[in-house]
Amino acid sequence: MTNNTSPTHELAVTAHDLVKTFGDLRAVDGIDLEVRRGEVFGVLGPNGAGKTTMLQMLATLLPMDGGDAQIFGVDVKRHPHVVRQLVGVTGQYASVDENLTARENLYLFGRLLGIEKTQARVTGDDLLGRFGLEDAADKQIAQFSGGMRRRLDLAASLIARPPLIFLDEPTTGLDPRTRGQMWDTIRDLVASGCTVLLTTQYLDEADQLADRIAVIDRGHKVAEGTSDQLKSQVGSSTLQLRLLDPAQTGQAVDVVRRVVGDEPVLTPEAGGINVPLPDANRAADVLIGLREQELLITSATVQKPTLDEVFMALTGHAAEENGTNNEMEAVR
Amino acid sequence: MTLLSTTVEETVTAKTLTGAQDLPARPSIAETVSQSLTMAWRATKKMRRNPEQFFDVTIQPLLFTAMFAYIFGGAISGSVADYLPIIIPGILAQTALTACMATGIQLREDMDKGVFDRFKSLPIARIAPLAGPAIADLLRYATAATLTILTGIAMGYRPGGGFVGVFAGWLLTIVAGWSLAWIFTWLGTVARSAQAVQGISMMIMFPLTFLSNAFVPAETLPGWLQTFVKINPVSHVVTAVRDLLNEGALTAQVGWALVGCVAVVAIFLPLSVRSYGRKM
Repeated sequence: MTNNTSPTHELAVTAHDLVKTFGDLRAVDGIDLEVRRGEVFGVLGPNGAGKTTMLQMLATLLPMDGGDAQIFGVDVKRHPHVVRQLVGVTGQYASVDENLTARENLYLFGRLLGIEKTQARVTGDDLLGRFGLEDAADKQIAQFSGGMRRRLDLAASLIARPPLIFLDEPTTGLDPRTRGQMWDTIRDLVASGCTVLLTTQYLDEADQLADRIAVIDRGHKVAEGTSDQLKSQVGSSTLQLRLLDPAQTGQAVDVVRRVVGDEPVLTPEAGGINVPLPDANRAADVLIGLREQELLITSATVQKPTLDEVFMALTGHAAEENGTNNEMEAVR
Repeated sequence: MTLLSTTVEETVTAKTLTGAQDLPARPSIAETVSQSLTMAWRATKKMRRNPEQFFDVTIQPLLFTAMFAYIFGGAISGSVADYLPIIIPGILAQTALTACMATGIQLREDMDKGVFDRFKSLPIARIAPLAGPAIADLLRYATAATLTILTGIAMGYRPGGGFVGVFAGWLLTIVAGWSLAWIFTWLGTVARSAQAVQGISMMIMFPLTFLSNAFVPAETLPGWLQTFVKINPVSHVVTAVRDLLNEGALTAQVGWALVGCVAVVAIFLPLSVRSYGRKM
């Protein structure tokens, strides 16, 4: 697009006032979105927040009830067939054919995309190799593990070499090792110039992968920014303490106040204290302070803020799983 | 892992830089045909791995032909041999209907699977996921028709139409099955579940086959029922197949049966594509 310098084309995705309703539920309720070319944009939110619904509207899989959207400047409502040529979609539930082998799946999608037979086979084998699936190439998908299915699913999305990839919760339900592999794959995609729009329930995933993050809650966008910007609103980590003697909680709280200068949160368990930290290294100061006062602990953990804590800070309520069933229905 | 780097690099150059606006707004006819054939390839792979899909078109023709011939033969035509020229075309129409009923049920089941989400997200003709199974199902109708005729011949049926007549009757059965299948395909795209498709299809199939001249001569029925039997498209197909099989005659009934088939396709094919497209 060398001759086209209009600002809209610098954006891979623009969405304005997107709305989707299912009966009384406003699954997506007026969301604006701008994804720049070449970036990884993360959409973070709990189950039922409207992430998948939003993605499906952008991918022409669900009609919009309101608002409009463009993909590389192409209107989603008016030119769905063009949009489908620009976007690769990898769903929350691996959308590959259970009745076929991995090799046949890639051949099928290659042929559907207009690649001629020999080339479709070559492309398929190539992708199987790149995703470490050669050994399982001729097995039926029914025998695949969750991680293998996701990899095959992502491989299928790449056959057409789309410039924009939608990843709907790419690592939900994967074990940590497979999750790490998936992250590497996504990073490689981006390094080669792809734009990625991904949804996730995990703050650390958004943190690891996304250049910018939008936080979605109950169909609304409640925050947007870089990972650092979001975390500065929440505190970068939390020290979770458990005192040996719950009766000393009051004294411990005084120590924390003095050392960190912030109010700790008492947890429901007896003797449990959560200390928000601006910097994980301050945990040591708190522990030394407690030691000096001879307040004994049974456990201490430093954790990154969870989605719940981000939500607490941004919306004032916990990330509820409201509307989960509705979103599941919407997927159908 | 240095996955994909080269592949995707080409991507961005290949697609975005030529200008998204220049991409075709809809698939061409050649693309539509090729995509439908690819979908048919998928359907035959699926059949090969789920041979139980062939039960209705293999066991049923054998069982029904023998059963109906021996039970009703004496009562209706005086003997099994005299009944065979009546019942074989009837069973042909019935098995074709049952086979195309399964088309709708299987499509509905298929559409509930994740892979259909991908089909919808691909830049392919909306008709391809429907036309593919329809093309592959020609195999099922052919199997059903062949087995029914062979069973008849094994039981002593000697079709008067000769080889050409039998071949024409066989072909008409397949055409009729394929055409009527679009009714059930449409049902598959509108119904909420495979069970619903099955229920509704049964409700359609039983009156259509039994309230026709498939098993008994229409003249033996009460007047009001004869009226229905005469307008029932299945009756026309049955009569047409009888004319071809028994006389080798290209009668007006054959023409009417074909017109009926074309009408069904003309109505239900667009309806199916529209309702499939809306389900997105």
